[in-house]
Amino acid sequence: MADVRFRVWRGNASSGAFVDYDVPVTEGWVVLDAIHWIQAQLQNDLAVRWNCKAGKCGSCSAEINGKPRLMCMSRIEDCVIDGTITVQPMATFPPVKDLVTDVAWNYTVNQRIPPLAPKPPEADGTWRMQPYDVDRVQEFRKCIECFLCQDVCHVLRDHQTWAFGGPRFMVRTASLEMHPLDTGSRLALLRDARDGLGLGYCNITKCCTEVCPEGIHITDNAIIPLKERVVGEYFDPLARGLTRILGWTREPRT
Amino acid sequence: MKATPIFLPHAPKPLGTTQRRDRWWLEPLLNFIGFTAFVAYSLWVAFTPVGSHGLNYEWPQRSTLGWTYLSPFYSPLFGPTWWHFSPAILVLWMPLGFRATCYYYRKMYYRTYFADPPACAVSDTRFWQGKPRPYRGETAFPWILQNAHRWFLYLAIYVLVVLWIDALQSIFFVAPTGQPGLHFGLGSAVLLVNVALLSAYTFGCHALRHLAGGNVDCWSCSWLGRTRHKFWAAVSRLNEHHMAWAWTSMIFVGLSDLYIRLLAMNAVPFSRFPWL
Repeated sequence: MADVRFRVWRGNASSGAFVDYDVPVTEGWVVLDAIHWIQAQLQNDLAVRWNCKAGKCGSCSAEINGKPRLMCMSRIEDCVIDGTITVQPMATFPPVKDLVTDVAWNYTVNQRIPPLAPKPPEADGTWRMQPYDVDRVQEFRKCIECFLCQDVCHVLRDHQTWAFGGPRFMVRTASLEMHPLDTGSRLALLRDARDGLGLGYCNITKCCTEVCPEGIHITDNAIIPLKERVVGEYFDPLARGLTRILGWTREPRT
Repeated sequence: MKATPIFLPHAPKPLGTTQRRDRWWLEPLLNFIGFTAFVAYSLWVAFTPVGSHGLNYEWPQRSTLGWTYLSPFYSPLFGPTWWHFSPAILVLWMPLGFRATCYYYRKMYYRTYFADPPACAVSDTRFWQGKPRPYRGETAFPWILQNAHRWFLYLAIYVLVVLWIDALQSIFFVAPTGQPGLHFGLGSAVLLVNVALLSAYTFGCHALRHLAGGNVDCWSCSWLGRTRHKFWAAVSRLNEHHMAWAWTSMIFVGLSDLYIRLLAMNAVPFSRFPWL
């Protein structure tokens, strides 16, 4: 293959610029290979976070030609436009150095979410779940915490509304709320737009779903069902009354 | 190596700023053209005075045959004597409210008409005219009203039932003499396809998906849990293509109205399947 010009963002928390590198790429390379080549051959101080190179660790998140993607899952021939590929760090999080950003804020959001509160075990001390009860939440467990969904979400990226937990933590909350063994309720937390997760800040523009490398239907299967649960609890007394009478939900309103 | 200064990645950016190099503007542009055309047609239907319309929303007009084609814009047909505007206005607010609060349409119009954001990883309107604007999303008025989607779903199901009756009575009818009859014209086919598409859209609704069984955590522990799981799974299958159903059903409603209107204006010939 011919050389490809990589325009890589180099900088730190206070300043930065795109720097061009011409890379002799080999067939089958992904963008992370080229970044490694630049690091090995031209710029030893180029900072990049990576680990598995197999799309499972969620470390090498970046923006390739302006789109949030995993560098290890982006083949060069699919990305090159007019002989050039642009690589920059995730725009939502503070840059540390070059392609590395500080994603620590995400872990503070995670701490706001109450963990699983399982119902008491059965007489033999175990819990039993039917496959059709757990199938739905299995999808959420595919999340690799690459934070590309957090990066692309305009509530965080543009509006910098940090009272919103972001798509990743809607997925985590959904995995707990829909768990067949869970007895807790996180609906008040979801609705709280000041100190909770601020679910109402999401305006369903589905960018999180578009960028998810694991193909999780974040909006349709996590965020919207959570919004509907909040509606059922706070905005639809008819449905709330019926579900209580028929015993379809067990969770206390908190 | 050549250095090119740019914004810091986390710095405020004006509307439309992006490093994307594909045609990200194409989808909002096509949405804008398609949806604006439909809204313009609907407004023309709803706000043209009834005298200008004649009875162009039904054919045959004031039918004595026992069957008629009624435009879906006007069904269910209300005609109180004190109402001097188009009867469509009395009906359209129900499907309009359903679609305006629909999760798919929200995505479409927040992107297309409010540029919030115009496309993924393209700067939104936060820095409109250089000043940061507060963002409250759907936590406060007016967008908190989106939570009424479920109530509009109930109304949309009512309208859908009436549209099914309309489509079926254009085929299976009772003549004024009391004789049952069978008729199948191109209009019957149009009304049937229209109501089938509307059904796929309505029964794939996210709010219905929740009510059907999505609100249950443990189906196997719940009363009628297995049935509710099947109902939820069926709605989910339709829901996967909610956008496609939204567009096809919306376009077909417009085409159905147009066909009946042209028929009533004698602009197109009446087509009836010869074996019926």
